[in-house]
Amino acid sequence: MELITPAIGQIFWGGLVFLILLFLLKKFAWKPMLSAVNQREESIQESIDLAEKTKAEMEALKLQNEDLLKEARIERDKMIKDATATSKKLIEDARVEGQTQQTKIVEEAQKIIRSEKAAAIAELKTQVASLSLEIAEKVIKGELASDDKQKALAEQIANDISLN
Amino acid sequence: MKILGMKFSLKIIFVAVTLGLGLNSNAQNIEDLPLELLRGVMQPVEEAEEHYESAEHAEEKAGIDPVHHVLDAHDVHLWGAGESSFSIPLPIILWTENGLVTFMSSKFHHDDSGHHIVEANGMNFVKSHGKIYQLNEGEHAVAFDAEHHVANAVKPVDLSITKNVFAIFCVAIIMFLIFRSVGKQYKVGEAAGAPRGLAGFMEPLVVFVRDFSKENIGEGKYLKFMPYLLTVFFFILFGNLFGLIPFLGGINMTGSISITLLLALFTLIIQMVNSKGPYWKHILMPPGVPVALWPILVPIELIGVLVKPAALMIRLFANITAGHIIILSLIGIIFINQNMAWAGLSVPMALFISVLELLVAFLQAYIFTMLSAMFIGSAVEEAHH
Repeated sequence: MELITPAIGQIFWGGLVFLILLFLLKKFAWKPMLSAVNQREESIQESIDLAEKTKAEMEALKLQNEDLLKEARIERDKMIKDATATSKKLIEDARVEGQTQQTKIVEEAQKIIRSEKAAAIAELKTQVASLSLEIAEKVIKGELASDDKQKALAEQIANDISLN
Repeated sequence: MKILGMKFSLKIIFVAVTLGLGLNSNAQNIEDLPLELLRGVMQPVEEAEEHYESAEHAEEKAGIDPVHHVLDAHDVHLWGAGESSFSIPLPIILWTENGLVTFMSSKFHHDDSGHHIVEANGMNFVKSHGKIYQLNEGEHAVAFDAEHHVANAVKPVDLSITKNVFAIFCVAIIMFLIFRSVGKQYKVGEAAGAPRGLAGFMEPLVVFVRDFSKENIGEGKYLKFMPYLLTVFFFILFGNLFGLIPFLGGINMTGSISITLLLALFTLIIQMVNSKGPYWKHILMPPGVPVALWPILVPIELIGVLVKPAALMIRLFANITAGHIIILSLIGIIFINQNMAWAGLSVPMALFISVLELLVAFLQAYIFTMLSAMFIGSAVEEAHH
């Protein structure tokens, strides 16, 4: 029975000591400990959050960079393509132009050559005619220098006519 | 008979060593032990011739009464028996009709039978079965009635520094020294660095208590109750562990119903002082229960308010006391059989229970604190519907 009978002395001293201990430990241990530990936990959480945020930002930045890079690549490709097309067109144009020019020059030259030729031929014809006349005059002069020759010619002509 | 407590433990080591060295053939040692033991055991037998033989005495005659050794005492007995025993004397403080009386417990000369009379301030005091009696005016010897109760004396209010009070002081001083040094590492409003030294061991426990308290009381309100819950947790833990130190007079502080009653009372007071409307509404107007059942349920709930701390009180008391009694009983096997060879059985078993008690020491501190937090949590709960 004594085992389960509370004793006033123990309750008195126990209560007194416990309350003093509670007060002292609250002041010296529990308050600083809880405050500092909670603070530390908060700061750890903040650090983790910050790291997480930074990581997300980095990820976004990386994504953005990749996008930029991709765009730049597309731009470059486009520029190269454009440049190639332009140069091709330029060359083609130049070729076409050159050809037309050439054709024109050749045509012109041919025209000139033809007219020159015609002129030369005409000149030659006049020259030949006049030479022929001179030759004919000289020949006739020689032919008709004696009566025999005049008679032979007359006869020949008469033969030609009779033959017709 | 109290004296046996520690003698047992000392003897056990001796017995174990003797057995281990294969000296059990040494007849002298074997003879010695039960003889010395018997001297202690025989004392009550002699008394019994003079007085009524109570059930308790009959038990003592059988060799050991473990319950006796878990009770409070007026000195811390270390070793020896009877007059030759060595114990730490403690101050005896009595509140009598004639005012405060103080003297050291050594004045009783280890007498617990009520025969040695101590005179102080003109009053005569005797100690019988761990209780101090003030003999009535004019009486010079103690007289026992048929039930072996002291007949011619009154019990003054005993505010002595008993073994348990001594243990309370020790635990309080140890706790203060430990947590004062641990607390120096922390400052209010400053993030703590990595804990060093002792704090590395204590901080996880503090955080452990904080976490289950936070869970049970609620995020916003728990901080107010943390000083109490932490103090009670470490007080019980240190008290439990202090009681497990062998050869220290079998301290049983947390196994004292007075201490557990006090701690449970603190929880109840804190619970009542901080109780909010919803808590009482749940008790006086249980929701979801037909009004017809209220006359049955409400009284049960009201009794429950007191039963919860009572359960706290009994749980801690019973667990710690039971552990001590089991260990004492196992050791007692040797003395009941009066044969040292039984140590081969009882010492390993007692060791096993001792190790188990280490777990119980922690577990009971945790359960008491966790349930306290839960009860406080239920009282401070706000309406959430």
